[in-house]
Amino acid sequence: MSEAKVAAVTAKVGSRPGRCGPSTEGREPIGQAQPLLAVENLTKHFPLKGGLLNRTTAVVQAVDGVSFTVQTGETLGIVGESGCGKSTIARLLMHLIPADSGKIVFDGLSVGASDGLSLRELHRQMQMVFQDSYASLNPRLPVAMSIAFGPFVHGLAKPAALRRAMQLLEAVGLDPLLFANRYPHELSGGQRQRINVARALALEPRVVILDEAVSALDKSVEAQVLNLLVDLKAQFDLTYVFISHDLNVVRYISDRVMVMYLGKVVEIGPVDRLYRRPQHPYTQALLSAMPSMDPKRRTREAPLAGDPPNPISPPSGCRFRTRCPFAEGVCEAVSPVLRVPPGEELCLVACHMRVPGSGHSRAAKE
Amino acid sequence: MTQSAAALRPVVSVENLHVSFVMSDATVAAVNGVSFELEAGKVLGILGESGSGKSVTLRALMRLLPPARTRIEGRIHVAGHDITAMDEAALREVRGTKVAMIFQEPMIALDPVFTIGVQIAETIVRHEGVSYGAANRRARELLDMVQIPSAARRLKAYPHELSGGMRQRAMIALALSCRPAVLLADEPTTALDVTVQIQIILLLRQLQQELGMAVVFVTHDVGVAAEVADRIAVMYAGRFVEIGPAEAVIGSPAHPYTAALLTSTVLGSMFGQRLEAIPGMPPDLRAMPEGCSFAPRCRFAENRCRAAMPPEFALTAERTTRCLRVAAREIEPAGPRLDESRAAELSGTDLGGPL
Repeated sequence: MSEAKVAAVTAKVGSRPGRCGPSTEGREPIGQAQPLLAVENLTKHFPLKGGLLNRTTAVVQAVDGVSFTVQTGETLGIVGESGCGKSTIARLLMHLIPADSGKIVFDGLSVGASDGLSLRELHRQMQMVFQDSYASLNPRLPVAMSIAFGPFVHGLAKPAALRRAMQLLEAVGLDPLLFANRYPHELSGGQRQRINVARALALEPRVVILDEAVSALDKSVEAQVLNLLVDLKAQFDLTYVFISHDLNVVRYISDRVMVMYLGKVVEIGPVDRLYRRPQHPYTQALLSAMPSMDPKRRTREAPLAGDPPNPISPPSGCRFRTRCPFAEGVCEAVSPVLRVPPGEELCLVACHMRVPGSGHSRAAKE
Repeated sequence: MTQSAAALRPVVSVENLHVSFVMSDATVAAVNGVSFELEAGKVLGILGESGSGKSVTLRALMRLLPPARTRIEGRIHVAGHDITAMDEAALREVRGTKVAMIFQEPMIALDPVFTIGVQIAETIVRHEGVSYGAANRRARELLDMVQIPSAARRLKAYPHELSGGMRQRAMIALALSCRPAVLLADEPTTALDVTVQIQIILLLRQLQQELGMAVVFVTHDVGVAAEVADRIAVMYAGRFVEIGPAEAVIGSPAHPYTAALLTSTVLGSMFGQRLEAIPGMPPDLRAMPEGCSFAPRCRFAENRCRAAMPPEFALTAERTTRCLRVAAREIEPAGPRLDESRAAELSGTDLGGPL
């Protein structure tokens, strides 16, 4: 393929409406450094139906008033236990499920609004890699076709789309001559996940959401895929939202980390700060629950008792208070909001202990 | 050594175990010569990636493999019984009373249509011939022992009514209901959240010490193995490539595969550093390479490594490895050594109390 052709293909696939498409009308001023992705007060409740008339009997508060931003070029890690809403956030960001309320602003454009970014354009700019590498590929399509499918649907001619697929196979470290015509069942888990990454990159997105993308892989393969993700990020100027339950992997790949508990953000901050000096008691417990990796310094005591409570009827006030060793009356009465704790600049914590004059006995006096 | 001779007699002894699955078009060699001994009151951690044969080894100890297409060779002695020579009826007596197993998914291992209490009591009545009244009392004690709160109420709960951690505790109670001498654990914490995982690990460690059980604990997670195991066996392509005391194996890995596994595991603050991934993939178990099965991926491999599978070389009294070059002291695979600076790094998280 001649270089001019490649350039033409790339230009067509990678036309970026955020930069050269719709004009700047409808953009919302967010501050001096405009984040690539801004989420405000995002809420998703799943009703549980039941009973005689199939009425809503309960509500799962999967994501409840979550706000965060992702800067261009950074990796935001999202950690938390099962049921904390991290995967729901991924699906809300991609608009795979509609949000109940809240706003998602991509590059200054409100997603789904009449003067904002259409879903079609959003999906061109933001792609996702799922945990189950097999279930997320079409078993009846050769993998090159799976990769080429997106660009083809978005208007690229079939030969050009296939050429793009070949380039991407090369980029994720799979020889196109060997792998292009294979079916997903003919590949190992690590290879399949590389295909999923290639497919996510086929539309030249700016943001890739990785929802437990390396969790199902063996450690030696996980390292290969993590290295690949780091390389691709530099090569294609990507921004990652990296969701995982593995605290070590999140620490490795993230610039900033967001900790969630039962649908709420409890702490968000730069990775080193958060791991070295966690502010929220839940973050502290989560980090000290990690296996020690050293048989001479084994964990003596579990930092938390019991399982995470059910998100169907979360506790009042601070949702962590039922497992928190420092819970007091104020924690039951008032739900703490995310705010910058005293003496910190880059973190946000939702804990009464970190708010002077909140009424908690461990909080500083005002 | 002040321990009595009885405590040192191995309660599990496996010699040259081979397990292969015969299929119409191929034979899969899942376990290819595993030997080990385990004393009462000790925990052996078997560490390996998927397909390394760790779960098959564990299931062979109870012969929980489909008899029609499984070929088991070698000697397996568990709690004084020759497992390979037993018929099904005798095996049923040994399973549960002498050796019991816990699994990764309690939701699958427990029967969804019976309550926890009924399942535990049934097992006790079947094996010990006591009345249901006595069995129910013992079931209640067992739930207390595995620290399930409000045990009396939980006896009447069905598995789906319990949380993941509670189900895992209930399965442990079921496994311990007939006081087995050997507990086999197949990734029992893998499906759990990290805060619950550490609770289950601590519970298993405590019960193992109180009851003096021997435990074989299979895991893919180095951290979990470091938390539970006295000795760690590292498995690759159906063989123990290295076995030794946990501190030694993790602190200074002898086999190149162990070293590579540890360096490719993401630990602590490695941000910005490139991970040293192991190139390639594990061998095809249908057509194993002639020589050392790790040789195709090993950066130290030489021609003689590819000639024949290295035997187990003793490095110290307690430590063996299957590597020609390590045994000849030609190489020292540098893994991530837990020296002082590194240990300080790992414990670098300042968790010193509340703020």
